[in-house]
Amino acid sequence: MRYDVFFAGYGGQGVLLAGNLLSYAAIHEGKNVSFFPAYGVEKRGGAAMCTVVFADGDTGSPVVGNPSVSVLLNQLSFDKYAAKVKQGGICIVNSSLINCDEVDLPGIEVVLVPMNQIALEMGDVRMVNMVACGAYIEKSGALQSKSLEAALKKALPERNHKLIPANVKAMEAGALAARA
Amino acid sequence: MPTATLEKIFVKGNEAVAMAALEAGCRCYFGYPITPQSDIPEYLSRELPGLGGEFIQAESEIGAINMLLGASATGARAMTSSSGPGISLKQEGISYMAGSELPGVIVDIMRAGPGLGGIDASQADYFQATKGGGHGGYRIIVLAPASVQEMYDLTMLAFDLSDIYRMPAMVLADSVIGQMKESVTPNPRPQVVLPSKEWVVRGRADGEPQNVVKSLYLGDGEMEAFHWKMQSRYQELADKECRWEEVCTSDAELIVTAFGSTSRIAKTAIAMAREAGMKVGLMRPITLFPFPRKAYAALSVRCKLFLDIELSTGQMVDDVRLSVARDADVIFYGRPPGAGSLPTPEELFEQIRKNYRACA
Repeated sequence: MRYDVFFAGYGGQGVLLAGNLLSYAAIHEGKNVSFFPAYGVEKRGGAAMCTVVFADGDTGSPVVGNPSVSVLLNQLSFDKYAAKVKQGGICIVNSSLINCDEVDLPGIEVVLVPMNQIALEMGDVRMVNMVACGAYIEKSGALQSKSLEAALKKALPERNHKLIPANVKAMEAGALAARA
Repeated sequence: MPTATLEKIFVKGNEAVAMAALEAGCRCYFGYPITPQSDIPEYLSRELPGLGGEFIQAESEIGAINMLLGASATGARAMTSSSGPGISLKQEGISYMAGSELPGVIVDIMRAGPGLGGIDASQADYFQATKGGGHGGYRIIVLAPASVQEMYDLTMLAFDLSDIYRMPAMVLADSVIGQMKESVTPNPRPQVVLPSKEWVVRGRADGEPQNVVKSLYLGDGEMEAFHWKMQSRYQELADKECRWEEVCTSDAELIVTAFGSTSRIAKTAIAMAREAGMKVGLMRPITLFPFPRKAYAALSVRCKLFLDIELSTGQMVDDVRLSVARDADVIFYGRPPGAGSLPTPEELFEQIRKNYRACA
């Protein structure tokens, strides 16, 4: 089985960390992984995106034109990438920052998760990427939540390991919101 | 130093190059920063001093390549790395290394050009790499990794081939392969029998025999003899060192051919084509010099349709056309490099579908 997921937002939302986290979780489950980042030259505020492909065998192309699942964290990335999701695929939308009332996406399951609001309720808006990861594993069923917990230890520098329990809670909250 | 293990690690392509260089015994690195390869000097600047090695951020790319020449002339395993604009500057030094029969590894993480171009992936420096980028009619070994694992393995191979054949070796990748992260096994350095470097610069007034490393040949017939010697060495490389990967070629009606990053995108397009019932395969050259001409010739005995895909307006396609049987067709699909021009598997699948229909 080959899975692909596309994450996009603006710099500072933790899009690349989310992609790294899913990559480590997939490695934890014995998969081969390709993580392909793309970001602007700005440190914060520019566009940031990444594609993660994981498979038992060959990962093939690190570039995906029509992702099976897209996780879009801001309006700009929604406007640009939502319609590219594969037919029958899933588009997970940060409804705190994205207005998609007028948009019709036939053949794509749109999942609204108020990620900023949930992250704020969990104590820090910077955990928006963790909420997004939780929503992704809930909707895709591609990875175990336990693997993401293990991945946090690899993806975060040691000085931030004390934050892991809070991040796990944020992922659980994201999963719960995506399920509803 | 991160040691070779059988446990998988998750690193960038550029980091894998740096790790492999250390594993291969490289203890001298000279470079100058440029996107998208700066992870290589960053990594080595951190690791080399602690290993008793030398890391020098040179005053320019020209300085760096000449430091590589000097280190190599003493017998040390040494490396430099850059991208398009910097690789152009290094051509003088690469030509001098080729003329002096010096080994040394040059990593080129291609970016869009000409000029400063842009930082997006490109394959448009194929000609520069494989046809002798500097003056004088020489060639260097060119290896084209298509994964982070190959960035690691082929960097170690580049050091060995470079030492065995006494010529510079280039690892030619682009910002897709350099910047992406993959799960890789950091393999131990392969056990290869290497020739002793009895040609290193030496000689003292007290009688130690003198060795001179130079690229100046003024004697009658001397220059010609050098060229004939190198030609036979290139032939030996072609006979012994061609490497390539074939996927599903045995029954293919259409063979896609691509190297490096585009071969990865093509692989998924080919899987889509197979799912749609089309007999499509992949021929991926791993050595770009020597180019695996005989392997193409062998494939073209049965399959008469090749689709060459590049992130350029067409360079490797010339070598493919020179390699296949005369009655085989070689179609080209490519896009010039730059922001937004990286093809998707879906796009390449369309190209396969269109040309496959045409041949049916």
